[in-house]
Formats: sequence, C-alpha cells, structure tokens
Amino acid sequence: MSSDHSHLPSDIELRAKALESLLVEKGLVNPATLDAIIETYQDKVGPRNGAQLVALAWSDAEFRRRLLADAAAAAAELGFCGRQGEHLQAVENTPEVHNLVVCTLCSCYPWTVLGLPPVWYKSAPYRSRAVSEPRSVLFEFGTELPEQVKIRVWDSTSEMRYLVVPMRPAGTDGWSVEKLSSLVTRNSMIGVEAALPPEQAAS
Amino acid sequence: MRGGHDLGGRQGFGPIKPERESAEPVFHSAWERRAFALTMATGLLGQWNIDQSRHARERQHPVAYLGQSYYENWLAGTERLLLEAGLISEQELAAGAAAAKTRSDLRVPGPDDARKILTSGGPAAREIDRPPRFAAGDAVMVRRRYTTGHTRAPDYAQGCRGRIHDLHGGHVFPDANSQGDPVAHHLYSVEFSSRELWGGDAETFEVLIDLWEPYLVHADANDK
Repeated sequence: MSSDHSHLPSDIELRAKALESLLVEKGLVNPATLDAIIETYQDKVGPRNGAQLVALAWSDAEFRRRLLADAAAAAAELGFCGRQGEHLQAVENTPEVHNLVVCTLCSCYPWTVLGLPPVWYKSAPYRSRAVSEPRSVLFEFGTELPEQVKIRVWDSTSEMRYLVVPMRPAGTDGWSVEKLSSLVTRNSMIGVEAALPPEQAAS
Repeated sequence: MRGGHDLGGRQGFGPIKPERESAEPVFHSAWERRAFALTMATGLLGQWNIDQSRHARERQHPVAYLGQSYYENWLAGTERLLLEAGLISEQELAAGAAAAKTRSDLRVPGPDDARKILTSGGPAAREIDRPPRFAAGDAVMVRRRYTTGHTRAPDYAQGCRGRIHDLHGGHVFPDANSQGDPVAHHLYSVEFSSRELWGGDAETFEVLIDLWEPYLVHADANDK
C-alpha cells in the first residue's frame, strides 16, 4: 500500500472528511465518540496484551491450561475482552506442529489481544497464499521450519478468533513474565515468526 | 458470493512485503483513522450487523475491491450501508452537507457508551436446541453452492472433503444474518489436507476452516 506524502489532500482524504462532516452535521455520529474509538485501538488495545498472555502461559502451567481450554476467559482474567475477542482460541506451537492464522475472506483478527491487524495481514498476497503455500509465506518472513514440522493454517471464517502461542525460546529459564513478554512479538502470535531469541529481550 | 474478497488460493498477487513490525504504525494516515472510527461509530447505531457490513464491502466490483486499500474498502462499505439504510442520500454524500433531517428514533452513542460496547463485545454464540449433526472425526464435504448473497464458505473449500476437528456450538449463521435473520446453526472446525484442497503437487500442510452445519454434508452422502 502506498503512502501519499504530497501536501495536497488526496481524493480519499477529502472523501473521508466529507463523510465525517456530513454525519456530524446530521447528528449521526458524535465527534467525541470517534476520538474514543481511535484512542481505544491506537493507544490501549494492542499486541502487548497477547504477549502478556503468552508469557504468563510460559511461566505458569495452570494458566497455560486455562488459556488453551478457554482463551477468552483466560484473557478476561487480565481484563482483555470486548469486540473481536468474544470467542478466542489459543493454538500452541510445539516441536511437531506450527500454527498460522489468516482470514481469507476479510480481515478477522483477535483485536482484544493483538489490536488491529497489520497491513500485510489484510493484503491480497497474504490472504491468498497462507492457505495454499504457507511454507513459502513463512519463508518470506524469514521463518524456515524443519521438513517434519506439521503446518496447521487456521482460516478465520467465523467469529472464532485464533491466537498462536509460540514456543518459549531456550535459554530463558527463571525469567520474569515481564522479561519473557518482551520476546513475544505480534508476528509470533499470528504464526509467521518464532518468538525472539533471549539476546533480544528488553533490558 | 464469489467476489473479489474470496481470496484463498488465488494467484498472481506477488510477495507479501511486510513492514517491519517495530516500525509499523496502527494507522498510516489521518484519514485511515477517521475511516476506521466512522465505520465503527456508524455500526454502533445498530442499523446493520457485522455480516451486512462485510457483504457491503464484498459487493463492490472486484476490480475496485482489489485495487483499493483496506480502509478505502471500509469507507466504501460504510457509505453504502448508510445509503441503503436511508440515513444519508446520494446528494448529501456528494455535497458533504445535510439536506434533510435525521430520523429521530436513532440513539447515537456517546464516548462512554462506545467504550462500554467495545469492551463488552457482542458474542455470536447462541444456545440451540437441535443436537449437532456431525461429531468429531466425521468425514464431511463442503457443499458447492451458488449464491449471490453473503457466505462464509470459502470458494477454495467448496466441494472438498475434510474431517470434523472440533465443535464450537451454536453460532449466528452469516448467510441468514446478512439478510437480517439472526438464526443460529452449529459451527464446526473442519480440517482439510492440502492434497484435498490443492492436489498432490502443493506443499504438505493442513487447513482448519470454521464452517456452519448448512455448509456441510456427510462425505459419503449423495446430497452434494
């Protein structure tokens, strides 16, 4: 997707602005509501939520069990609930199985734990290829899996939302939940990458 | 419908070219932010449901759908829903100014209402009386079905055989919900082999697709 750096407003900018002023004038939207919505998804809800869940699951066997049994309830324990997270399922990567999440029909994504999806997740190349050539997709993210690892692709066609629990990196024994969570990237929870190696932890 | 949105397995779109995660903003420009918020805020008016909003984006010409950026599609869908619900007119949209009064029966959510709705969510699960027709492990086939309406049975899986992996219980059925009927049916997670979906020359993997009972038949049945 291109970004427009010119100083003149583009057609689409004008179109969005025209719709907003029309709806405000007609009293169909409250401008303060628009700001509240933007603030929620720009500043509050995001992949740090999911990273906390994963790091907690790595550290606490009982929480891991709850997360895999009912991810929506486990996420709610930390206050992560709401739109696009009502029906959440956590799928765990193991040395035998690697999970990858896509929505081929639109852009379904677990907002409560990952925020809004990245551009590539919503793009035609990813949506078309994740279900037909996932290994080649993973390779483009720099992820090479051993031949014997089974790939499972979850196409989010319903209101079920999927969160990948990546494998805990070796060499992180005894780490705090907070330090562990700095290894859990958004991409690792979609399944296109592994969690970061320990040397990339936030200090 | 098999619109421009039904992308699973389509070819020719090229490499993914992801932005670096640490450098990617939530929104890439101010208008995207506004288009997103306008779509969410008008959705809160309760005049259409999520399947109707998906269908509004899908009904665009495939060239438009595929050529536009993501939030352009959202904006186009929102304009269409507002027009079809009679909340705005073509003339008003073109002028960006109101020509007629707004319906007085609408409740327009304020910021606190919006925060509450966004954090409480709207579950799609429903209790239903009928027992599920399929059990875990059952061999099933996705019906091939011609429709110009909204459906969540992706084209690439139609006619293919898979196995019931899991039962999710009753969920609102998108095909009917997009017509304003919030009937629920059993929802299943169905597992397909890459060989079944794409033939033996493809990579080897599995795809799990959530499919409602009306999409499925027993694999040995003749009611294809």
